[in-house]
Order: sequence, then C-alpha cells, then structure tokens
Amino acid sequence: MTKIFETPLYPYQRSADQDAETPVRHPVVVLGAGPVGLAAAIDLAQADIPVVVLDENDKVSWGSRAICFAKRPLEILDRLGCGDEMVDKGVVWNLGKVFFDERKVYDFNLLPEDGHKRPAFINLQQYYLEQYLVDRVRALQADGKSIELRGGNKVTAVKPDDSGVRLTVETPDGPYLMDADWLIACDGAGSPTRTMLGLDFQGRVFEDNFLIADVVMKADFPTERWFWFDPPFNKGQSALLHKQPDDVWRIDLQLGWDIDREAEKDPAKIAPKLEAMLGPDTDYEFEWVSIYTFQCRRMEKFRHGRVLFAGDAAHQVSPFGARGANSGFQDTDNLIWKLKLVINGTAPEALLDTYDDERVYAADENILNSSRSTDFITPKSHASRVFRDAVLDLAEHHAFARPLVNSGRLSLPAIYDGSPLNGPDAAGLPVRSRPGAPASDAPLADGWLIDRLGGGFQLVTIDTQAPDTLDVDGITVTRLALSAKDDPSGALAERYLGDVPGAVYLMRPDQHVAARWTSFDADAVAAAVKTATARA
Amino acid sequence: MTAQTHDTLTLEPNIKDPDGFYAELLAAHEGLDREESEALNARLVLILANHIGDRDKIRAALEAAKPAR
Repeated sequence: MTKIFETPLYPYQRSADQDAETPVRHPVVVLGAGPVGLAAAIDLAQADIPVVVLDENDKVSWGSRAICFAKRPLEILDRLGCGDEMVDKGVVWNLGKVFFDERKVYDFNLLPEDGHKRPAFINLQQYYLEQYLVDRVRALQADGKSIELRGGNKVTAVKPDDSGVRLTVETPDGPYLMDADWLIACDGAGSPTRTMLGLDFQGRVFEDNFLIADVVMKADFPTERWFWFDPPFNKGQSALLHKQPDDVWRIDLQLGWDIDREAEKDPAKIAPKLEAMLGPDTDYEFEWVSIYTFQCRRMEKFRHGRVLFAGDAAHQVSPFGARGANSGFQDTDNLIWKLKLVINGTAPEALLDTYDDERVYAADENILNSSRSTDFITPKSHASRVFRDAVLDLAEHHAFARPLVNSGRLSLPAIYDGSPLNGPDAAGLPVRSRPGAPASDAPLADGWLIDRLGGGFQLVTIDTQAPDTLDVDGITVTRLALSAKDDPSGALAERYLGDVPGAVYLMRPDQHVAARWTSFDADAVAAAVKTATARA
Repeated sequence: MTAQTHDTLTLEPNIKDPDGFYAELLAAHEGLDREESEALNARLVLILANHIGDRDKIRAALEAAKPAR
C-alpha cells in the first residue's frame, strides 16, 4: 500500500539562489514545512508578501501525529483556504466516555454551541492537513503569488543582525547562502534554529512514556473518545481510543517511566494489550507505532530581533487537550498580520513585541491546562493518586465530581486580556466578545459572520451608523454593516449586543476584537486603530 | 491572612454534639484498612469542599489545615 507519507511532495530542485554571485535577499524565510510553517507562508502569500519555505525533508510527516483540530484553528484554516478540505475529510465527534478500572464512570457531550460554521473538534491525521496545505501553496503559485517551497534544504547556520538574518543552507548540490529580512522558525520542538542561536527552552519534564498505535480496523466502536483510567488491559496506567478517517484508530497506552522503549514497540508485545482492549475477535493491522515522552515548556521570548519563533519551536505542551498544533496556527494567525504591517511600513517594529505579549500569554495558558490534565491522568504523588481515584469513584454516582475528571480539556483559544493592543470596552456588551477575544461566529441571513471577517481591520457595526471606510494613517478600516435583519437566529445579538440596542466593534485582521463601543466616534476609532498597531 | 481566614471560614465550634460527630466519623472508618480509610477521607474532602463551594472559604480551610510550623 502506497501511503501518502511515502510520496515526495516538494522534492529538491536547484534554485536560482544557489547560482547567485551574492546571497539573494528575501523579505521572509520560513524554516520548516510542517503545519505551522506552511500556514505562516500561506498567510504571507495571501498578503502579497514574497516568502520562501525551507525544509530538509520533502514529504508530509510520518504517522498521524496531531489528530485533533479545534474550532478556532479550523476558522483560521478557512481564512487560509483549507478549511473545507479539513472538515470534509475529518471525523466530527462530540461524545466522550470515561472508564475507571472495568466501569464506565462518566460520559460527556462537548455540547458545541449552535450557530457556528465549524464544529468544536474534528479528528484528522496530520499528514492530510499537510497535504492540503501543500495543495494550497500550489494553488497560490498558480495564481502568481510569490511562495516557494524548497525541499532538501537544510539550514546549518543562522546569523542574525539588526537588519536581517544570513542563512547557510545545505543541499544535495552543496551549500549556499541566503539572506532574509525576517526569519520565522517553525522547525519543531527540537528547533535547530533555537539551538544554533543558543536560546533557552525552560519547563517541566514529565517522566512518562506513551505508546501510540494507529491501527486500521473495521470495528463497531462508535465515533467517540474513550478514555480509560487504570483499565484491566493496562493496569495502573491510562489508555485512549479515538477515531480518525479511513478506519484508522488512534490508541494511546501509557507505559510508565522505567521501560525498555524498543521492546515496548514490538507488535508482539502490543498485541495482547490491544486484544484485551478491543476484544479477541477484532481484526486490525498496525499503520504506525511510536513511543513519546513529553514536556511542558516554552521559550522566554518568541521574538528575538529579526527571528520569530512559532509553534512547537516556541512552546511545547503535553498532547492531552489538543493544544499543540492548534496553538501553532494561532501563533501564525497572530504574527503574520503584524509582520505584514511592519514590512509595509504602516506599523513600527514594536508591534512585533506584542506577538510575544499575546502568544507567550497564550502559551502559558496552554501549558497550565495541559499540565493539569497530565497531573490528573498520571498522578505524580501518592496523595495525587488517592484524590484522582476518589474523583473517579465519586463521578460514577455524583454529578458534582464529573467536572473534576480531567482526561484532557476542550482546546479553546486564548483571550488576550490585558494586551497592550486592546482598546476601550463598553459597559453592557457581552463579556465573551470583549477586547482581546477571538470573534464568536454567528449565522447571518446569507452565510456566516466568521467568513466576513479577517484579513484587514474592520468596523463591524450592528444597528449603528458609521462611514463605509476609514483611513487611519495608511491603515484602511472597512465597515461591515449588520442589522437585526441579518440575525435570523438571534445569535448575533446574543454574542455581540447583550441588552444594548447597537454596537460598533473594531476587529483586527486576525478576527480578534480590538475595541468596542455602543456608538460610532471617528476619533475614538482612530485612537483604537493606533493602539492596535502599537502606534499609540 | 489570619484575620481573613477568620472572616470567611468558621473556626469556632459549630457542631452540635461534638462527641457524637466524632464517634460517627470514626465509625465510618471502622473495619477499613489504611488504604480504604485514605480513600474514604479523600472522597469526604471532595464532597465537603463541593458543599462549601466558595473558593475563598476552601482556600482558607486548606491554609488552616496545613501542618503547624
């Protein structure tokens, strides 16, 4: 069976840069053609900023890896032109079951709120996502956008100065030099860029091993997330069963710390556990087996002058809670509009420091949430295990204990409370849509609100008057005029008005709220645009 | 800190028939081994904490329960 991850998608080709007399200079170079690097590059190309992506490989990543994609990253992928492919192929799930020993103690419905274009979560193998992103790169190239994907290009030296970065790139034809005004390092948890620059990566190591087995099977298991604490087939440890497309099932088995990793990967050793877990009559074959350990850590700063770190290169979390790849998309979503304004000269470089402010804040929130899940799943002390087991015992009989069960939480986007980019708030408007919050979607009479947002600064007016466009020192603000007749379900009013009759929202290019008022005031909007672009 | 604790959490006698309560607490543990007792105590803490609900009160109780230095 030829698998998607065996086909070179962007094989090495000699580039003109390799024959240049002097190093060729590019506005932006992205290191790493994983999901986060490709998202960054697509976002830049869509903004007409030329970009080159370098990766030492030429294929999608091996194995399913990241499989849970949450609503907010799907909205970002919509803006990048890949959302439909993701959701069409992905498995939508809402129901989770929690087992303790041999008993089902609890089930939960993620109960996604109605009135959103995208579901709370889909499951999809990372290699499909990467394929769709590469397809999107090709489509942008066909449209004449300047976006280049160079496989077989390994960066071996990174030399930053005040105006850019010089890169040494190793290829099958030998090394060459190139210059970048800006470098975005999306080269993963083991980021060679981070190492070459001698930068820190501090945090907490969890002394545990987990086995991932992706198995192909035709099984009657429902499309649910099943999580076991201390099951008979993996005594003293945890286990997870989760469905992916193409009859592929993700099985996670906690192994503990003192193990022989090679021996544990032997299918002969795994098979008895799976048979006990899935039942003796289930036919399956292995697609991918891997053992992972994890850490929760981040760089102190994500911006180092002209070098910007995003995704796992900047921060790493445990997989429980789906906050790895999901937060990486939110990094580039936050970064690229800022970089675009800085490159175009409409915002000062200080705007990029707010990428640090906002995404370090988000990384801390992600690390906190995933550490808490991990501490529940794998208790680190005797007392911790006693309370964990008490919660699970009580959850079977008493509703109060169920919210304490933590087998991984819904991955929600950070709200940038306290960001220096936030402008004024107005009393009476719903808390969920406060400055710093990502836009809540809502059904409109002719489509979805989220599809009408993003790409530039916008003034969303609901039953209020305002000019159709504003120019604030070179930044165009476009009005999106909405009224009660655009709100068939009442969701728009509930999410953006509360009890107030009308509102004006200043939205950032990344669909986050910058400021809001109950009526339009040109001076107030201009001041908020300046604040939101670090010019105040 | 101490004053606040006393503001939010009752640390004055509040149980009628203290001897009766104490006997009931011990009776609940009767016949349990050390591990089972520990599990019962953990469940009890969670049930009582949920009943109190108020995070300030629970935090004050955690503070009051810490080993004396």
